[in-house]
Amino acid sequence: MTDQIRNRIRAIIAEQAMLEPDQITDHSTPQDLGIDSLGLVESIFAIEEEFDISIPFNANEPDKSDFDISNMGTIMAAVERLVAQKAA
Amino acid sequence: MSPKKTGKKADVPAAVSRPSPTRPDGLRRVVITGAGTINALGHDVPTTLAAFREGRCGIGPLEFRDVERLSIQIGAQVHPWQAEDYFNRQQILLYDKFTQFALLAAKQAVAQAGLDFQGALGLRSGVVLGTAGGGLNTWDENYRTVYEEGKNRVHPFVVPKLMNNAAASHVSMEFGLRGPAFTVATACASSNHAMGLAFQMIRSGGAQVMLTGGSEAMLCFGGVKAWEGLRVMSKDACRPFSANRNGMVQGEGAGVFVFEDYEHAHARGADILAEVVGFAMSSDAQDIVMPSAQGAERAITATLQDAGLNPEDVGYINAHGTGTAANDKTECAAVAHAFGHHADRLMMSSTKAMHGHIIGGTGAVELLACIMALRDGVIAPTIGYQEADPECALDVVPNEARDARVDAVLSNAFAFGGLNAVIALRRV
Repeated sequence: MTDQIRNRIRAIIAEQAMLEPDQITDHSTPQDLGIDSLGLVESIFAIEEEFDISIPFNANEPDKSDFDISNMGTIMAAVERLVAQKAA
Repeated sequence: MSPKKTGKKADVPAAVSRPSPTRPDGLRRVVITGAGTINALGHDVPTTLAAFREGRCGIGPLEFRDVERLSIQIGAQVHPWQAEDYFNRQQILLYDKFTQFALLAAKQAVAQAGLDFQGALGLRSGVVLGTAGGGLNTWDENYRTVYEEGKNRVHPFVVPKLMNNAAASHVSMEFGLRGPAFTVATACASSNHAMGLAFQMIRSGGAQVMLTGGSEAMLCFGGVKAWEGLRVMSKDACRPFSANRNGMVQGEGAGVFVFEDYEHAHARGADILAEVVGFAMSSDAQDIVMPSAQGAERAITATLQDAGLNPEDVGYINAHGTGTAANDKTECAAVAHAFGHHADRLMMSSTKAMHGHIIGGTGAVELLACIMALRDGVIAPTIGYQEADPECALDVVPNEARDARVDAVLSNAFAFGGLNAVIALRRV
Protein backbone atom coordinates (compact mmCIF):
# COMPACT_ATOMS: atom_id res chain seq x y z
CA MET A 1 0.00 0.00 0.00
CA THR A 2 2.69 2.45 1.07
CA ASP A 3 4.95 1.56 -1.85
CA GLN A 4 2.06 2.01 -4.16
CA ILE A 5 1.32 5.48 -2.78
CA ARG A 6 4.97 6.42 -3.08
CA ASN A 7 5.15 5.22 -6.66
CA ARG A 8 2.09 7.20 -7.61
CA ILE A 9 3.52 10.35 -6.02
CA ARG A 10 6.87 9.75 -7.73
CA ALA A 11 5.09 9.48 -11.07
CA ILE A 12 3.29 12.79 -10.49
CA ILE A 13 6.44 14.62 -9.45
CA ALA A 14 8.41 13.07 -12.32
CA GLU A 15 5.88 14.31 -14.81
CA GLN A 16 6.00 17.81 -13.33
CA ALA A 17 9.81 17.84 -13.30
CA MET A 18 10.08 16.15 -16.70
CA LEU A 19 12.29 13.41 -15.22
CA GLU A 20 12.08 9.62 -14.89
CA PRO A 21 10.37 8.37 -11.68
CA ASP A 22 13.57 6.61 -10.53
CA GLN A 23 15.35 9.97 -10.56
CA ILE A 24 13.08 11.15 -7.73
CA THR A 25 14.69 10.19 -4.42
CA ASP A 26 13.51 10.86 -0.87
CA HIS A 27 16.26 13.43 -0.50
CA SER A 28 15.38 15.43 -3.61
CA THR A 29 14.12 18.90 -2.79
CA PRO A 30 11.66 20.66 -5.09
CA GLN A 31 14.52 22.99 -5.99
CA ASP A 32 16.81 20.04 -6.91
CA LEU A 33 14.15 18.84 -9.29
CA GLY A 34 13.70 22.26 -10.86
CA ILE A 35 10.16 22.67 -9.47
CA ASP A 36 9.38 26.35 -8.85
CA SER A 37 6.58 27.76 -6.68
CA LEU A 38 3.97 27.44 -9.40
CA GLY A 39 5.16 23.91 -10.22
CA LEU A 40 4.87 22.99 -6.56
CA VAL A 41 1.30 24.26 -6.34
CA GLU A 42 0.50 22.31 -9.49
CA SER A 43 2.07 19.13 -8.09
CA ILE A 44 0.10 19.46 -4.86
CA PHE A 45 -3.08 19.85 -6.89
CA ALA A 46 -2.24 16.71 -8.90
CA ILE A 47 -1.60 14.75 -5.68
CA GLU A 48 -4.92 15.95 -4.22
CA GLU A 49 -6.71 14.80 -7.35
CA GLU A 50 -4.91 11.44 -7.45
CA PHE A 51 -5.73 10.52 -3.85
CA ASP A 52 -8.90 12.54 -3.37
CA ILE A 53 -7.43 14.30 -0.34
CA SER A 54 -7.13 17.92 0.72
CA ILE A 55 -3.60 19.14 1.39
CA PRO A 56 -3.19 22.05 3.84
CA PHE A 57 -0.56 24.15 2.08
CA ASN A 58 -0.31 27.94 1.96
CA ALA A 59 2.41 29.22 -0.36
CA ASN A 60 2.88 32.26 1.89
CA GLU A 61 4.06 30.25 4.86
CA PRO A 62 5.33 26.91 3.59
CA ASP A 63 7.25 26.33 6.83
CA LYS A 64 4.15 26.67 8.97
CA SER A 65 1.93 24.32 6.99
CA ASP A 66 1.26 20.85 8.37
CA PHE A 67 2.39 19.73 4.95
CA ASP A 68 6.20 19.62 4.98
CA ILE A 69 7.61 20.24 1.51
CA SER A 70 11.32 20.11 2.48
CA ASN A 71 11.95 17.14 0.22
CA MET A 72 10.21 14.27 -1.53
CA GLY A 73 10.49 12.04 1.55
CA THR A 74 8.62 14.52 3.76
CA ILE A 75 6.02 15.13 1.06
CA MET A 76 5.40 11.39 0.65
CA ALA A 77 5.14 10.86 4.40
CA ALA A 78 2.63 13.69 4.68
CA VAL A 79 0.54 12.32 1.82
CA GLU A 80 0.58 8.84 3.39
CA ARG A 81 -0.67 10.34 6.62
CA LEU A 82 -3.49 12.17 4.84
CA VAL A 83 -4.48 9.06 2.88
CA ALA A 84 -4.53 7.03 6.13
CA GLN A 85 -6.64 9.72 7.85
CA LYS A 86 -9.09 9.62 4.98
CA ALA A 87 -9.38 5.81 5.21
CA ALA A 88 -9.85 5.90 8.99
CA MET B 1 -13.65 65.94 0.87
CA SER B 2 -15.68 69.07 0.13
CA PRO B 3 -19.29 68.92 -0.84
CA LYS B 4 -20.50 69.19 -4.38
CA LYS B 5 -19.59 72.31 -6.29
CA THR B 6 -21.73 73.92 -8.90
CA GLY B 7 -20.50 74.28 -12.44
CA LYS B 8 -20.53 78.08 -12.23
CA LYS B 9 -17.55 80.00 -13.46
CA ALA B 10 -15.59 81.58 -10.66
CA ASP B 11 -15.03 85.31 -10.56
CA VAL B 12 -11.29 85.56 -10.94
CA PRO B 13 -10.00 89.12 -11.19
CA ALA B 14 -7.87 89.53 -14.29
CA ALA B 15 -4.96 90.86 -12.28
CA VAL B 16 -4.65 87.73 -10.13
CA SER B 17 -1.76 85.68 -11.33
CA ARG B 18 -2.39 81.96 -11.51
CA PRO B 19 -0.28 78.93 -12.37
CA SER B 20 0.22 78.15 -16.00
CA PRO B 21 -2.33 75.75 -17.53
CA THR B 22 0.48 73.86 -19.11
CA ARG B 23 3.67 72.38 -17.78
CA PRO B 24 7.08 73.69 -18.81
CA ASP B 25 7.19 70.92 -21.41
CA GLY B 26 4.00 72.21 -23.03
CA LEU B 27 1.77 69.35 -21.83
CA ARG B 28 -1.62 70.07 -20.26
CA ARG B 29 -1.94 69.84 -16.49
CA VAL B 30 -4.43 67.28 -15.15
CA VAL B 31 -6.41 67.59 -11.92
CA ILE B 32 -8.94 65.49 -10.01
CA THR B 33 -12.25 67.27 -9.42
CA GLY B 34 -14.50 64.45 -8.32
CA ALA B 35 -14.29 61.11 -6.53
CA GLY B 36 -16.70 58.28 -5.86
CA THR B 37 -16.53 54.82 -4.37
CA ILE B 38 -18.37 51.85 -3.00
CA ASN B 39 -16.43 49.18 -1.14
CA ALA B 40 -16.60 47.14 2.05
CA LEU B 41 -15.78 50.21 4.15
CA GLY B 42 -18.64 52.32 2.86
CA HIS B 43 -20.97 53.29 0.07
CA ASP B 44 -19.30 56.66 -0.53
CA VAL B 45 -16.06 58.61 -0.16
CA PRO B 46 -16.64 60.29 3.24
CA THR B 47 -17.49 56.96 4.91
CA THR B 48 -14.48 55.29 3.32
CA LEU B 49 -12.11 58.06 4.42
CA ALA B 50 -13.54 57.93 7.94
CA ALA B 51 -12.77 54.19 7.97
CA PHE B 52 -9.22 54.90 6.78
CA ARG B 53 -8.76 57.34 9.66
CA GLU B 54 -10.20 54.91 12.19
CA GLY B 55 -8.27 51.95 10.78
CA ARG B 56 -11.51 50.03 10.41
CA CYS B 57 -11.44 46.55 8.87
CA GLY B 58 -14.06 45.63 6.27
CA ILE B 59 -13.11 41.96 6.14
CA GLY B 60 -15.54 39.38 7.47
CA PRO B 61 -17.23 36.06 6.73
CA LEU B 62 -18.26 35.77 3.06
CA GLU B 63 -21.95 35.40 2.36
CA PHE B 64 -23.04 33.91 -0.94
CA ARG B 65 -24.32 30.67 -2.39
CA ASP B 66 -22.12 27.58 -1.85
CA VAL B 67 -19.64 29.47 0.36
CA GLU B 68 -19.48 26.38 2.61
CA ARG B 69 -17.69 24.55 -0.22
CA LEU B 70 -14.78 27.02 -0.14
CA SER B 71 -11.67 26.62 1.97
CA ILE B 72 -11.30 30.44 1.99
CA GLN B 73 -14.40 31.92 3.60
CA ILE B 74 -13.42 35.51 4.40
CA GLY B 75 -13.46 38.62 2.25
CA ALA B 76 -14.26 42.32 2.19
CA GLN B 77 -17.80 42.26 0.84
CA VAL B 78 -20.00 45.29 0.30
CA HIS B 79 -22.62 45.10 3.08
CA PRO B 80 -25.45 45.74 3.03
CA TRP B 81 -25.98 45.34 -0.68
CA GLN B 82 -29.35 45.35 -2.41
CA ALA B 83 -29.10 46.30 -6.07
CA GLU B 84 -32.80 47.23 -5.87
CA ASP B 85 -31.90 50.14 -3.59
CA TYR B 86 -30.11 51.81 -6.48
CA PHE B 87 -31.37 50.34 -9.75
CA ASN B 88 -34.67 49.40 -11.34
CA ARG B 89 -35.58 45.94 -12.60
CA GLN B 90 -34.56 46.59 -16.21
CA GLN B 91 -31.21 48.04 -15.15
CA ILE B 92 -30.48 45.05 -12.92
CA LEU B 93 -31.12 42.75 -15.89
CA LEU B 94 -28.38 44.61 -17.78
CA TYR B 95 -25.91 45.51 -15.02
CA ASP B 96 -23.60 42.92 -13.47
CA LYS B 97 -22.49 43.84 -9.96
CA PHE B 98 -19.19 45.26 -11.27
CA THR B 99 -21.17 47.62 -13.52
CA GLN B 100 -23.48 48.56 -10.67
CA PHE B 101 -20.49 49.45 -8.50
CA ALA B 102 -18.86 51.47 -11.30
CA LEU B 103 -22.05 53.43 -12.00
CA LEU B 104 -22.58 54.29 -8.34
CA ALA B 105 -19.01 55.49 -7.94
CA ALA B 106 -19.17 57.45 -11.21
CA LYS B 107 -22.38 59.21 -10.18
CA GLN B 108 -20.78 60.35 -6.92
CA ALA B 109 -17.68 61.60 -8.74
CA VAL B 110 -19.63 63.53 -11.37
CA ALA B 111 -21.91 65.04 -8.72
CA GLN B 112 -18.90 66.26 -6.76
CA ALA B 113 -17.24 67.67 -9.88
CA GLY B 114 -20.48 69.44 -10.80
CA LEU B 115 -20.05 68.73 -14.50
CA ASP B 116 -22.69 68.50 -17.19
CA PHE B 117 -21.58 66.66 -20.31
CA GLN B 118 -24.34 67.80 -22.62
CA GLY B 119 -23.09 69.62 -25.68
CA ALA B 120 -19.49 70.11 -26.69
CA LEU B 121 -17.92 68.91 -23.42
CA GLY B 122 -19.35 65.42 -23.90
CA LEU B 123 -17.59 65.14 -27.25
CA ARG B 124 -14.26 65.95 -25.59
CA SER B 125 -14.82 63.62 -22.62
CA GLY B 126 -14.57 59.89 -22.14
CA VAL B 127 -14.17 57.02 -19.73
CA VAL B 128 -11.48 54.43 -19.18
CA LEU B 129 -12.03 51.88 -16.43
CA GLY B 130 -10.11 48.91 -15.12
CA THR B 131 -11.47 45.49 -14.26
CA ALA B 132 -9.86 42.08 -14.15
CA GLY B 133 -12.85 39.76 -14.11
CA GLY B 134 -15.65 41.90 -15.54
CA GLY B 135 -19.03 40.30 -15.05
CA LEU B 136 -17.83 37.31 -13.09
CA ASN B 137 -21.05 36.95 -11.10
CA THR B 138 -22.91 36.72 -14.39
CA TRP B 139 -20.59 34.00 -15.69
CA ASP B 140 -20.92 32.15 -12.39
CA GLU B 141 -24.73 32.30 -12.23
CA ASN B 142 -25.23 31.27 -15.84
CA TYR B 143 -22.69 28.44 -15.83
CA ARG B 144 -24.56 27.13 -12.80
CA THR B 145 -27.80 27.35 -14.77
CA VAL B 146 -26.55 25.37 -17.75
CA TYR B 147 -24.09 22.97 -16.10
CA GLU B 148 -25.45 22.33 -12.61
CA GLU B 149 -29.13 22.83 -13.21
CA GLY B 150 -29.01 21.38 -16.72
CA LYS B 151 -31.08 24.13 -18.29
CA ASN B 152 -30.63 24.84 -21.96
CA ARG B 153 -31.64 28.48 -22.01
CA VAL B 154 -30.09 31.60 -20.47
CA HIS B 155 -31.27 35.19 -20.31
CA PRO B 156 -30.70 37.10 -23.58
CA PHE B 157 -28.59 39.79 -21.87
CA VAL B 158 -25.87 37.48 -20.55
CA VAL B 159 -23.24 38.67 -23.02
CA PRO B 160 -23.82 42.43 -22.73
CA LYS B 161 -23.92 41.96 -18.96
CA LEU B 162 -20.69 40.01 -18.50
CA MET B 163 -18.41 41.72 -21.03
CA ASN B 164 -15.46 43.54 -19.47
CA ASN B 165 -16.34 46.82 -21.18
CA ALA B 166 -19.93 46.83 -19.90
CA ALA B 167 -19.15 49.16 -16.98
CA ALA B 168 -17.29 51.68 -19.15
CA SER B 169 -20.07 51.62 -21.74
CA HIS B 170 -22.83 52.16 -19.19
CA VAL B 171 -20.89 55.01 -17.59
CA SER B 172 -20.47 56.64 -21.01
CA MET B 173 -24.22 56.25 -21.65
CA GLU B 174 -25.20 57.54 -18.22
CA PHE B 175 -23.36 60.84 -18.69
CA GLY B 176 -23.17 61.22 -22.48
CA LEU B 177 -19.39 60.79 -22.66
CA ARG B 178 -18.87 60.53 -26.42
CA GLY B 179 -15.08 60.61 -26.66
CA PRO B 180 -12.60 57.81 -25.89
CA ALA B 181 -14.18 54.94 -23.91
CA PHE B 182 -12.65 51.57 -23.17
CA THR B 183 -11.66 49.06 -20.52
CA VAL B 184 -8.23 47.99 -19.36
CA ALA B 185 -7.62 44.52 -17.95
CA THR B 186 -4.23 44.08 -16.33
CA ALA B 187 -5.29 42.04 -13.30
CA CYS B 188 -4.42 43.82 -10.05
CA ALA B 189 -2.99 46.86 -11.88
CA SER B 190 -6.06 47.45 -14.07
CA SER B 191 -7.21 50.62 -12.29
CA ASN B 192 -3.78 52.17 -12.23
CA HIS B 193 -3.27 51.46 -15.91
CA ALA B 194 -6.72 52.90 -16.65
CA MET B 195 -6.09 56.06 -14.62
CA GLY B 196 -2.65 56.45 -16.13
CA LEU B 197 -4.05 56.31 -19.65
CA ALA B 198 -6.81 58.77 -18.77
CA PHE B 199 -4.15 61.10 -17.38
CA GLN B 200 -2.06 60.79 -20.54
CA MET B 201 -5.06 61.50 -22.77
CA ILE B 202 -5.86 64.77 -21.03
CA ARG B 203 -2.22 65.74 -20.68
CA SER B 204 -1.67 65.34 -24.41
CA GLY B 205 -4.81 67.31 -25.27
CA GLY B 206 -6.74 64.28 -26.53
CA ALA B 207 -9.58 64.75 -24.06
CA GLN B 208 -10.82 67.44 -21.68
CA VAL B 209 -12.44 65.31 -18.99
CA MET B 210 -12.07 61.58 -18.34
CA LEU B 211 -13.98 59.44 -15.88
CA THR B 212 -11.54 56.82 -14.71
CA GLY B 213 -10.81 54.23 -12.07
CA GLY B 214 -11.97 50.66 -11.84
CA SER B 215 -14.40 48.12 -10.53
CA GLU B 216 -14.41 44.49 -9.46
CA ALA B 217 -17.00 42.03 -8.18
CA MET B 218 -15.26 38.69 -7.96
CA LEU B 219 -16.66 37.54 -4.63
CA CYS B 220 -18.79 34.64 -5.81
CA PHE B 221 -18.26 30.89 -5.57
CA GLY B 222 -16.40 30.52 -8.87
CA GLY B 223 -14.37 33.67 -8.35
CA VAL B 224 -13.00 32.68 -4.95
CA LYS B 225 -12.67 28.99 -5.87
CA ALA B 226 -10.34 29.94 -8.71
CA TRP B 227 -8.14 32.00 -6.37
CA GLU B 228 -7.98 29.18 -3.79
CA GLY B 229 -6.11 27.10 -6.30
CA LEU B 230 -3.04 29.33 -6.19
CA ARG B 231 -2.76 28.92 -2.42
CA VAL B 232 -1.93 32.56 -1.84
CA MET B 233 -5.10 33.49 0.07
CA SER B 234 -5.25 33.90 3.83
CA LYS B 235 -7.89 32.05 5.81
CA ASP B 236 -7.89 34.51 8.70
CA ALA B 237 -6.65 38.06 7.97
CA CYS B 238 -4.71 40.37 5.68
CA ARG B 239 -1.53 41.55 7.41
CA PRO B 240 0.60 43.45 4.90
CA PHE B 241 4.32 43.77 5.73
CA SER B 242 3.87 41.89 9.01
CA ALA B 243 6.29 38.98 9.47
CA ASN B 244 3.35 36.66 10.19
CA ARG B 245 1.39 37.63 7.07
CA ASN B 246 -0.09 34.62 5.34
CA GLY B 247 -1.74 35.85 2.19
CA MET B 248 -4.19 38.14 0.53
CA VAL B 249 -7.88 38.65 1.26
CA GLN B 250 -10.13 39.61 -1.58
CA GLY B 251 -12.49 42.57 -1.62
CA GLU B 252 -14.99 44.07 -4.05
CA GLY B 253 -16.11 47.52 -5.07
CA ALA B 254 -15.23 50.44 -7.29
CA GLY B 255 -13.52 53.78 -7.34
CA VAL B 256 -14.15 56.35 -10.05
CA PHE B 257 -12.62 59.82 -10.44
CA VAL B 258 -13.13 62.85 -12.62
CA PHE B 259 -9.81 63.73 -14.22
CA GLU B 260 -10.00 67.16 -15.80
CA ASP B 261 -7.85 69.53 -17.77
CA TYR B 262 -6.54 72.02 -15.21
CA GLU B 263 -7.47 75.06 -17.24
CA HIS B 264 -11.03 73.83 -17.70
CA ALA B 265 -11.36 73.05 -13.99
CA HIS B 266 -9.86 76.36 -12.92
CA ALA B 267 -11.99 78.40 -15.32
CA ARG B 268 -15.19 76.99 -13.89
CA GLY B 269 -14.03 77.37 -10.31
CA ALA B 270 -14.00 73.68 -9.56
CA ASP B 271 -12.74 72.40 -6.23
CA ILE B 272 -9.50 70.62 -7.08
CA LEU B 273 -8.80 67.52 -4.97
CA ALA B 274 -5.27 66.88 -6.25
CA GLU B 275 -3.13 67.15 -9.36
CA VAL B 276 -2.08 64.04 -11.26
CA VAL B 277 1.55 64.68 -12.12
CA GLY B 278 3.07 61.44 -13.33
CA PHE B 279 2.49 57.90 -14.51
CA ALA B 280 4.67 55.09 -15.73
CA MET B 281 4.31 51.42 -16.42
CA SER B 282 6.71 48.54 -16.90
CA SER B 283 6.65 44.82 -17.50
CA ASP B 284 8.80 42.32 -15.60
CA ALA B 285 8.83 40.07 -18.68
CA GLN B 286 9.82 37.30 -16.31
CA ASP B 287 7.20 35.20 -14.51
CA ILE B 288 3.41 34.94 -14.67
CA VAL B 289 2.94 35.13 -10.89
CA MET B 290 6.21 35.89 -9.09
CA PRO B 291 6.90 39.64 -8.89
CA SER B 292 10.23 41.25 -9.74
CA ALA B 293 11.76 44.02 -7.63
CA GLN B 294 13.56 45.37 -10.69
CA GLY B 295 10.35 45.65 -12.70
CA ALA B 296 8.60 47.45 -9.85
CA GLU B 297 11.55 49.74 -9.28
CA ARG B 298 11.65 50.71 -12.96
CA ALA B 299 7.98 51.73 -12.83
CA ILE B 300 8.54 53.79 -9.65
CA THR B 301 11.63 55.54 -10.98
CA ALA B 302 10.02 56.27 -14.33
CA THR B 303 6.97 57.74 -12.58
CA LEU B 304 9.17 60.11 -10.57
CA GLN B 305 10.87 61.18 -13.80
CA ASP B 306 7.55 61.61 -15.60
CA ALA B 307 6.27 63.74 -12.72
CA GLY B 308 9.46 65.77 -12.44
CA LEU B 309 9.71 64.77 -8.79
CA ASN B 310 12.84 64.09 -6.79
CA PRO B 311 12.69 61.09 -4.46
CA GLU B 312 12.71 63.37 -1.40
CA ASP B 313 9.58 65.18 -2.65
CA VAL B 314 7.50 62.05 -2.00
CA GLY B 315 6.07 61.80 1.51
CA TYR B 316 3.73 58.87 1.16
CA ILE B 317 3.28 55.78 -1.00
CA ASN B 318 0.11 53.77 -1.09
CA ALA B 319 1.65 50.34 -1.46
CA HIS B 320 0.41 47.44 -3.51
CA GLY B 321 0.91 45.60 -0.18
CA THR B 322 -1.13 42.47 -0.80
CA GLY B 323 -0.07 40.64 2.36
CA THR B 324 1.54 37.79 0.43
CA ALA B 325 5.04 36.68 1.29
CA ALA B 326 6.32 37.46 -2.20
CA ASN B 327 4.73 40.85 -2.95
CA ASP B 328 5.50 42.66 0.26
CA LYS B 329 9.20 41.91 0.45
CA THR B 330 9.66 42.52 -3.27
CA GLU B 331 7.82 45.84 -3.08
CA CYS B 332 9.88 46.99 -0.08
CA ALA B 333 13.08 46.10 -1.91
CA ALA B 334 11.91 48.03 -4.98
CA VAL B 335 11.02 51.12 -2.93
CA ALA B 336 14.27 50.96 -0.96
CA HIS B 337 16.25 50.83 -4.21
CA ALA B 338 14.26 53.50 -6.01
CA PHE B 339 14.34 55.98 -3.10
CA GLY B 340 17.75 55.27 -1.59
CA HIS B 341 18.20 57.03 1.77
CA HIS B 342 14.82 58.71 1.48
CA ALA B 343 13.11 55.29 1.75
CA ASP B 344 13.74 55.46 5.49
CA ARG B 345 11.94 58.80 5.77
CA LEU B 346 8.83 58.27 3.67
CA MET B 347 5.66 56.54 4.83
CA MET B 348 4.20 53.60 2.95
CA SER B 349 0.97 51.87 3.93
CA SER B 350 -1.27 49.23 2.46
CA THR B 351 -4.98 49.88 2.85
CA LYS B 352 -5.82 46.37 1.58
CA ALA B 353 -6.03 45.12 5.16
CA MET B 354 -9.12 47.37 5.44
CA HIS B 355 -10.90 47.13 2.06
CA GLY B 356 -9.40 43.86 0.85
CA HIS B 357 -7.70 43.35 -2.48
CA ILE B 358 -10.21 44.75 -4.95
CA ILE B 359 -8.19 43.28 -7.85
CA GLY B 360 -9.02 45.35 -10.95
CA GLY B 361 -10.62 48.10 -8.85
CA THR B 362 -8.04 48.23 -6.11
CA GLY B 363 -5.82 51.05 -7.40
CA ALA B 364 -8.84 53.30 -7.71
CA VAL B 365 -10.04 52.77 -4.14
CA GLU B 366 -6.45 53.17 -2.95
CA LEU B 367 -6.10 56.50 -4.75
CA LEU B 368 -8.58 57.82 -2.17
CA ALA B 369 -5.95 57.26 0.52
CA CYS B 370 -3.50 59.27 -1.58
CA ILE B 371 -5.95 62.16 -1.91
CA MET B 372 -6.66 61.99 1.83
CA ALA B 373 -2.93 62.24 2.55
CA LEU B 374 -2.51 65.31 0.33
CA ARG B 375 -5.72 67.09 1.17
CA ASP B 376 -6.46 66.20 4.77
CA GLY B 377 -2.93 65.50 5.98
CA VAL B 378 -3.94 62.07 7.25
CA ILE B 379 -1.98 58.96 6.33
CA ALA B 380 -4.10 55.79 6.22
CA PRO B 381 -2.59 52.99 8.31
CA THR B 382 -1.57 49.42 7.52
CA ILE B 383 -3.86 47.62 9.93
CA GLY B 384 -3.36 44.03 11.08
CA TYR B 385 0.35 44.68 11.54
CA GLN B 386 1.73 42.46 14.31
CA GLU B 387 5.39 41.53 13.82
CA ALA B 388 8.25 43.43 12.21
CA ASP B 389 9.73 41.75 9.15
CA PRO B 390 13.37 42.61 8.42
CA GLU B 391 12.57 42.19 4.73
CA CYS B 392 9.91 44.93 5.00
CA ALA B 393 11.88 47.44 7.06
CA LEU B 394 10.10 50.63 5.99
CA ASP B 395 7.71 52.91 7.90
CA VAL B 396 4.48 51.11 7.05
CA VAL B 397 2.33 53.33 9.32
CA PRO B 398 1.31 50.35 11.45
CA ASN B 399 -2.23 50.08 12.76
CA GLU B 400 -3.00 53.75 13.42
CA ALA B 401 -3.55 56.64 11.04
CA ARG B 402 -1.05 59.45 11.32
CA ASP B 403 -1.25 63.20 10.83
CA ALA B 404 1.40 64.40 8.43
CA ARG B 405 1.75 67.02 5.76
CA VAL B 406 2.84 65.55 2.46
CA ASP B 407 3.22 67.34 -0.86
CA ALA B 408 3.53 64.45 -3.29
CA VAL B 409 2.48 60.81 -3.17
CA LEU B 410 2.70 57.65 -5.26
CA SER B 411 0.29 54.77 -5.67
CA ASN B 412 1.76 51.40 -6.61
CA ALA B 413 0.13 48.51 -8.43
CA PHE B 414 2.03 45.37 -9.42
CA ALA B 415 -0.08 42.77 -11.17
CA PHE B 416 0.10 39.07 -11.88
CA GLY B 417 1.67 38.78 -15.27
CA GLY B 418 4.43 41.12 -14.12
CA LEU B 419 2.64 44.31 -15.16
CA ASN B 420 3.45 47.36 -13.07
CA ALA B 421 1.72 50.75 -12.99
CA VAL B 422 2.54 53.67 -10.69
CA ILE B 423 0.78 57.03 -10.43
CA ALA B 424 2.01 60.25 -8.82
CA LEU B 425 -0.23 62.94 -7.31
CA ARG B 426 0.64 66.34 -5.89
CA ARG B 427 -1.16 68.76 -3.65
CA VAL B 428 -2.62 71.78 -5.43
